[in-house]
Amino acid sequence: MAIPATAPTQTGLIEVTGFELAYDTIDGAVIAVSDADLVVNPGEFVSIIGPSGCGKSTLLNAVAGFLKPTAGQVTVDGEAVKGPSADRGMVFQQYSLFPWKTVRENVEFGLKMRGMGRSERAVAARTLLGLAGLSAFENHYPDRLSGGMKQRVGIVRALATGPKVLLLDEPFGALDAQTRVIMQQILTNLWQRLGISVLFVTHDIDEAIFLSDRIYVMTARPGCIKAEVTVPLPRPRDAALQLSPEFIRLRADLGALIREESLKAMGGELNEDALKGLAVNLNGSNLAQVV
Amino acid sequence: MTRAAVKSNVKMHTPLHVAGTPADGAPCVPSAAPSAPVTASGAILLRPERAPVAQVVTADGSLPGLARRWLRLNMPAIRATLLGALAISLFILAWHVVTVNRMDLYVRFLNVPSPEQVLESARTAFSTGAFFEHIAMSCRRIFIGFAIAALVAVPLGMLMGRFALLKAFVFPVCEVLRPIPAIAWVPMAIMLWPTNEQSIVFITFLGAFFPILINTLHGMANVDEVLVRAARCLGASERATFREVYFPAVLPQVFTGLTVGMGVAWVSLIAAEMISGQFGIGYFTWEAYSLVQYPDIALGMITIGVLGLASSFLIRLAGRAVTPWSRTK
Ligand SMILES: Nc1ncnc2c1ncn2[C@@H]1O[C@H](COP(=O)(O)OP(=O)(O)OP(=O)(O)O)[C@@H](O)[C@H]1O
Ligand SMILES: [Mg+2]
Repeated sequence: MAIPATAPTQTGLIEVTGFELAYDTIDGAVIAVSDADLVVNPGEFVSIIGPSGCGKSTLLNAVAGFLKPTAGQVTVDGEAVKGPSADRGMVFQQYSLFPWKTVRENVEFGLKMRGMGRSERAVAARTLLGLAGLSAFENHYPDRLSGGMKQRVGIVRALATGPKVLLLDEPFGALDAQTRVIMQQILTNLWQRLGISVLFVTHDIDEAIFLSDRIYVMTARPGCIKAEVTVPLPRPRDAALQLSPEFIRLRADLGALIREESLKAMGGELNEDALKGLAVNLNGSNLAQVV
Repeated sequence: MTRAAVKSNVKMHTPLHVAGTPADGAPCVPSAAPSAPVTASGAILLRPERAPVAQVVTADGSLPGLARRWLRLNMPAIRATLLGALAISLFILAWHVVTVNRMDLYVRFLNVPSPEQVLESARTAFSTGAFFEHIAMSCRRIFIGFAIAALVAVPLGMLMGRFALLKAFVFPVCEVLRPIPAIAWVPMAIMLWPTNEQSIVFITFLGAFFPILINTLHGMANVDEVLVRAARCLGASERATFREVYFPAVLPQVFTGLTVGMGVAWVSLIAAEMISGQFGIGYFTWEAYSLVQYPDIALGMITIGVLGLASSFLIRLAGRAVTPWSRTK
């Protein structure tokens, strides 16, 4: 069976040390991430949040093996990452299902690449699709699915090969709020069942708190780690948790941290005082005059 | 769960269509704010639960029911077909009128055969084997030239799309050769190839080759990079990525290229046959002119049109068969 054992894993340790990545452009090197360090322990669920453009995707793509750091290193279980591999499953923000494959064929893809036989991989794919509540859609082509279903298939596809770590880049960013909450619960379930390490990128604070054991907050570009927050909330977690005082306090703290960086990211001219001034000016006149 | 959570705030409300109005009979707020309940702020009005309704209404399976549904769903296509048939009938009627009356409207229809004459010559042609031999010959040339073009252009286009160096090397040559029309190739082709037959197939090949190549290249440029990445981090090798991602991703564009290429292949073939052939439908048409058998000219032209149409249709059919994901609607 393709589903990894549920016993606590000892694999899936991600270590990023002294990480720097610069994009070569005509204007010179754009330093996207500079001097970032982070660790994801085996079986841990870790999120990265930060303002837009701070280098979250860059960092995640380097862990996946699509980008090479210009300095520092990325290792998984002590081995340097050299390129993409089935050891590191990835879920992308854009729906990335193969349109020419049915749902089940999509999920089977990684197993097929590994040379698993036809009937064996069909069994494995069906089991996983069942866990994600997608059994009824196994023969559909992706364009018949809703966004939430597509992303569930994307997650299941990434998990099918039994990777050591799962990397997710704002996977629920395009979904509506209700669907997103359900997707978070499904992801939590799968994660707990498979005992795999997860590195999750998001800009949604509630999502990060709800899902994670730990959260890294990144600074504006060039991004580095600004803060590391442990989420002390017990599991299993449910929607009611969002009303708990701890949750609210964490959200406020994280919100303040990110707001500071977001303002920086939006250009040096904006700060808290300038924003208040803007509000006063707008209050004094009606919209027609402003426009 | 929602039901349990709202507790005392919930007011059950029986009539289905008045959920927005208060239960005690207070005057309903007119259309100004129809959705805002007038009850105490924050109250939730739950409507009674509806009996389960099937998501898909099972169709009436009887023959008349089936026929009616088919008619309704295919109305636009049926209308288009009828309009097409009407247009063709009008065309033939106009053709009949101008030729039977031997009109001279600056454009001269004096020697143009009438539809009846063409029908007559078709009857004669169909009763002898020679006419079908011409057709078979042309089809054979198209098939060989087109198949070779597809077998070369599709892999070449894919490789060029994947490897920039190869594209930089091959593309300029293509761009210079591409605008040269098939007729301009005829003398050169006759010099190049030992037999006439080979030079005609070569010209057919050239006609089909460039549209297929260009469309394949286009398709490669539009392959979604994120799909390639997804395949790579699922363990796909370079070769597997080619087979499992690039190839299916360019298929729709390849078929566009094949359709265009088939059209150009016919154009090229007819030109080549008229100049250097001894058989083939193009030769038949030209020979009819030399022998002053004017109805056969029109017969040849119509045959070429029908053959071109049929081959495009076959390609579209094949295209739909191999890209089942792109016609789910
Ligand atoms: N190929 C590239 N060439 C040059 N600069 C790039 C390139 N890709 C990204 N960048 C820059 O690097 C920075 C980090 O990009 P990245 O996509 O990692 O940000 P992000 O945190 O994922 O943002 P978002 O929340 O919008 O997804 C951005 O400012 C971006 O403009
Ligand atoms: Mg990003």
